[in-house]
Amino acid sequence: MATPSAGGQAVPLWMGQAHVYPCPSLLSILYAMDSTTPDNEAYGRWKDAYEASPTRDDSFETMSGVPVEPVYGDAPYPGQYPYTRGIHPGMYRGRLWTMRMFAGFGTAEDTNARFKEILRNGGGGLSTAFDMPTLMGYDSDSEWAEGEVGRAGVAVDTLADMEDLFADIDLAKVSTSMTINGPANIALAKYIAVAEKKGIDRAQLSGTIQNDILKEYQAQKEYIYPPRPSMRIVTDMMRYTTAEMPKWHPVSISGYHIREAGSTAAQELAFTLANGFAYVEAAVAAGLEIDAFAKRLSFFFNSHSDFFEELGKFRAARRIWARWMKEHYGAQDESSWKCRFHTQTAGVSLTAQQPEINIARVAIQAFAAAVGGTQSLHTDSYDEALALPTEDAARIALRTQQIVAYETGAAVVADPFGGAPYVEWMTDEMERQAEAIFAHLLDLGNGSILEGVYEGIENGYFVGGIADSAYRFEREVNAGRRIIVGVNAFTEGDDDERQLLRIDPSVEEIQLKRLGEVKQNRNSDAVSQALAKLKADAAVPDLNLMPTTIEAVQAYATEGEITQALADVFGRYTEQAIV
Amino acid sequence: MSADSNSATDEAPERLRIVLAKLGLDGHDRGLKVVARILRDAGMEVIFLGLRQTTSSIVAAVEQEDADAVGLSMHNAGHLTLGPKMVQALADAGLDVPVVIGGIVPAEDEPLLYQAGVAAVLGPGAPATEVVEAVRAAVAQRTA
Amino acid sequence: MNIRTASLTELVEAARSGDNRAVGRLLTLVERGSAAAEEVAALTHPLRGNAHVVGITGAPGSGKSTLVGRLLAGWCQRGLRPAVLAIDPSSPISGGAILGDRIRMDDVIPEGTFVRSMATRGHQGGLALAVPGAVRVLDAAGFSPIVIETVGVGQVEVDVVAAADTAVVVATPGMGDAVQANKAGLLEVADLFVVNKADRPGAADVRRDLELMLDLAHVTGADTDDSGVYFRPQILMVTATTGTGVAEVIDGIADHLKHLTASGRLADRRAHRVKAEVRSRAHAALEQQLRHSMQSDAATAALEKAINSNFSPVDAARKIVQKITGD
Repeated sequence: MATPSAGGQAVPLWMGQAHVYPCPSLLSILYAMDSTTPDNEAYGRWKDAYEASPTRDDSFETMSGVPVEPVYGDAPYPGQYPYTRGIHPGMYRGRLWTMRMFAGFGTAEDTNARFKEILRNGGGGLSTAFDMPTLMGYDSDSEWAEGEVGRAGVAVDTLADMEDLFADIDLAKVSTSMTINGPANIALAKYIAVAEKKGIDRAQLSGTIQNDILKEYQAQKEYIYPPRPSMRIVTDMMRYTTAEMPKWHPVSISGYHIREAGSTAAQELAFTLANGFAYVEAAVAAGLEIDAFAKRLSFFFNSHSDFFEELGKFRAARRIWARWMKEHYGAQDESSWKCRFHTQTAGVSLTAQQPEINIARVAIQAFAAAVGGTQSLHTDSYDEALALPTEDAARIALRTQQIVAYETGAAVVADPFGGAPYVEWMTDEMERQAEAIFAHLLDLGNGSILEGVYEGIENGYFVGGIADSAYRFEREVNAGRRIIVGVNAFTEGDDDERQLLRIDPSVEEIQLKRLGEVKQNRNSDAVSQALAKLKADAAVPDLNLMPTTIEAVQAYATEGEITQALADVFGRYTEQAIV
Repeated sequence: MSADSNSATDEAPERLRIVLAKLGLDGHDRGLKVVARILRDAGMEVIFLGLRQTTSSIVAAVEQEDADAVGLSMHNAGHLTLGPKMVQALADAGLDVPVVIGGIVPAEDEPLLYQAGVAAVLGPGAPATEVVEAVRAAVAQRTA
Repeated sequence: MNIRTASLTELVEAARSGDNRAVGRLLTLVERGSAAAEEVAALTHPLRGNAHVVGITGAPGSGKSTLVGRLLAGWCQRGLRPAVLAIDPSSPISGGAILGDRIRMDDVIPEGTFVRSMATRGHQGGLALAVPGAVRVLDAAGFSPIVIETVGVGQVEVDVVAAADTAVVVATPGMGDAVQANKAGLLEVADLFVVNKADRPGAADVRRDLELMLDLAHVTGADTDDSGVYFRPQILMVTATTGTGVAEVIDGIADHLKHLTASGRLADRRAHRVKAEVRSRAHAALEQQLRHSMQSDAATAALEKAINSNFSPVDAARKIVQKITGD
């Protein structure tokens, strides 16, 4: 690597591009300015950190063979507080983002077969999608489940399904991600119980469970109980994993769904981070030390089509989280300050009209996520505006991020847009808008973000704000003030028919039979006892519900039964609709 | 106008009353909320039922609210079963009320829905004017 | 029966035999306020039963719809057949409305109950006419209690609640409701206070504020009616989301009715309600006539004179009124 230096003195890295300035007098001015800036010290620290961290086996040069620096521009550099420019000193020079493709449907056995294939192909991470009834806490034989079983993910009613899902997989060696919220406690309990049956200690388990219940009330609407008892379940899980499962990420705080529901970029940013603060406050109130759990929190953002707005959003997210964790909440550990996030391209931006052009949208959104410093990325398939993606479309989506990673140069230089006036302004603007929202929530909650979030859920602040933004956008599109290619401009006549994936209805039959068998073969006394104990525990606010939940799943109580037992104590939530 | 005790009561409604709902577990209500505002701004009264309704809860609402039409939003590929089920449930209750479906419905499924008695299908990205016109036309067709 | 071609008499008959479609249709006609509405009034007035009319009001977000949903379930359990008129404002720009009360009562709307959402439809005078007509239809159809639920803003809405047999005011902690309610004149009309969200901090403060205001009213004698009957409204603490305290509200509403009956005030209240409706209707009829008269040549001439000569506006108005009253 070419170290830029002048007279043995370290200079900002953009000086590595000195040769692009043809005028020597300008150069000398710049050198002179540099000798007076305090950035040298920061640069030195960055350089040490960069050199101490491993890099990928790559030449890090342009397509034409021009060697480039790991970063250009000003301090604070990547890996330095407040991490606006990235959380690692070398960003993707160390390791590319994880190309995580979320998929899953059919029976537990089908998904198990796919998991094994992923592992055979060298993948170490399993991503589990559950079907709608499972996500809502209903069993496959519930009247609510009709027509939905196994459709958008796998159906998991009892421990038996979880056993099938992970049959012959060494849970000590894989990392599992589970996208589930309302019944997250039950899913985690089943995962722990399966591991225990395999003789694996829960301390060895690594993975992430989404478990972000707050955004359910704000956007995704997959809630079961009212907010406060739900938050108790979340903090129970945070306490449990902090004490017993050091490799587990108990909450993935998700703005993705907030944006999909129609929010602006700034609302996505602010609501998500506010939810993050709320979890921090709740966990601290439940007796946890902030630095004991904060580093296990991660985020999940949307990447939409306005490239520079998204870039500003990603950069602002890191800066805000770092500042609040350090200054507002007093976290001491640097890793508590770092906002790590997964990104998915905006499903809502995909158009049913001329679906192929969605490939271009996804590419631009993926590029924004990459230069925005994401830790992992899911790219949407171009046909998702119509139905579940076909295999071909999913392959193109994965290839798209591989192109971004290997062909565009996005992975060679950290925060390549940093320092550009528009990008810096946008970052500041995103932060300013987010801070205004935090101030409002603090006001609502008498100084507590957690209480402010509860109040905002109850008084419709979040759903109302999101609905307002969605409607404003819709009106702009309708009035032609905002162009959506293929929808209100550059349209073509009849769109040709696409091949769509339809799920085999026999999945439902198989699952119903499976559930029936499990119910017949289990000890029903043990089930009633476990459920009674769970209800009794639920009525005592300070008890951690995880151990009893694990006992209940071990007795093969169904998800619907466990959910109902808790709902008997907690009640069920319905939205106090603000349209 | 005059009306005596034996006159028909079905004059043309001056202010349309529309029941909007989602059937089943699917929680995508962005489209439904946007449509609610579009119809309100077109002068209609929207009885907003929101998420997780059943055909029977919708039928009850249509009866009690004397709604002129039902709008359903579908995002979970359940339209082929749920759309006809809704039409049937209304007919079984003796309600001559048109059903309009919006959301994610592939073009190839539209004829099937029309065959099943759905009055109108609005594809993704249907502009506001189209939404309003479809609802008005569906109601007009019935009262004609 | 085809609901769209049935005659009014058939509709009323069907409504009384439990056909909700007929009830729904009659309410629509009442709401439209056309000649058919007058006909419906004529048909249903003789059929009035003894329905207990309960007005419930509270600020947006006070959880009154959730409370109403819980009350419905509670009344059903006690073998009653309740109905609700949920009133929400229309958009002043388009005249349309989004009526979301059903969703707020969702999951708890039991079978056998009847919920109707009603928009204010612009001028509030219309509401004062439509609500008594709608209550009459529900009464004739055999529903009781009949709840009229409104957002506690606007004089007509307050009047509508005040005209009920029992007026319930819902307050919540942290919203300055007690003060708001006082401003809107709700405190004077309340027969029962519900402090909802009683599990929240500040609920006790709301209760204390209300007690203080009631004490003050007692000192000034404002809580004693013309005939010298004293009734101090109860203040009940409720968490509607969990149902805690709802049974007490049901009892409290029933107790108030007993008090009205025992004290003989029930008949007075109902007479007052009829009087208020007659006044509203007469007012509306006169106003319509006035609108009509204003178009007449005489009125135009009187106006012309007031604008262009020394003929005073007072005299011009007198002249126009004389045309109507024939004095």
